[in-house]
Amino acid sequence: MHDLVALTALGGTTPRVDTVGPVTCSEVPDVALASVTARLGHEAATQDELARLIGTATPTAQRFAGDPVTAFWSGPDQWMIEAPIATHEDLAAHVKTAVGTVASVTEQTDAWARFDLRGDGVNAVLELLCQLDLRQFQSGHVARGAVHHIGCFILCRSADHVSLYGPRSSAGSLHHAVLAAMRSAH
Amino acid sequence: MIINHPLLGPRDASEFTYLGDASLIDRPDGTAENAADAFYDYAYLRDNPAGEHRELWYHEAGDRSWLVVTRNTLTHEISKVELARDVARTRGRSK
Repeated sequence: MHDLVALTALGGTTPRVDTVGPVTCSEVPDVALASVTARLGHEAATQDELARLIGTATPTAQRFAGDPVTAFWSGPDQWMIEAPIATHEDLAAHVKTAVGTVASVTEQTDAWARFDLRGDGVNAVLELLCQLDLRQFQSGHVARGAVHHIGCFILCRSADHVSLYGPRSSAGSLHHAVLAAMRSAH
Repeated sequence: MIINHPLLGPRDASEFTYLGDASLIDRPDGTAENAADAFYDYAYLRDNPAGEHRELWYHEAGDRSWLVVTRNTLTHEISKVELARDVARTRGRSK
């Protein structure tokens, strides 16, 4: 039982990397995630505690902030917290300690698969994948939307770097959709 | 059709699913004396206005929020979009 092999969301022992033209899609398995939802009547207190946790103001609607512990907005009074798994493997417990009783925390690490798109032609790929208004989709912006009927979080880290979070159980379908869009666009 | 989400701005109607009349927010008290009658009204009786209609929409392929959309059933014009939780709270729900 103690000789388990760590597999990525796509089933490999190393993260998958695909390059088509100027765009590279890479699987990013080394991220810990936890969701935070403010409890009724404690919305402002939750924002205060999150700000302390990430070291900067808690992100408002459609924004993300913080490094290396990042919070991104996922809905009204809800945030997802992401951090490197090497330093924050117990992220949910860490976040729960930070927010105490003002918010509810759920471990999300293995619920999601992350793919990072890098390169000059990222927007051309996103245009095919989702319905986002890409003129508004600037650095620091996060959106939740459908990519090939799969509900995803899409984070714009910079003009040529986008992170996609999709359900881990649909990682293969999402990866297929991203690759198809990359081949169509470039 | 475009629904102007109060937090996210204009989003395509294909991201939303429709539930029904916004009066579904006013769920009767199940422990009241007249609960059976109240639930009969709540479950089966609806107004069917030709004109302004308040309805519940769910942003399924988005931030998963429930919205109350005021839509004219004759012209399909959307005159108002609110977060359903705000509407429910102003009616004394979700305290």
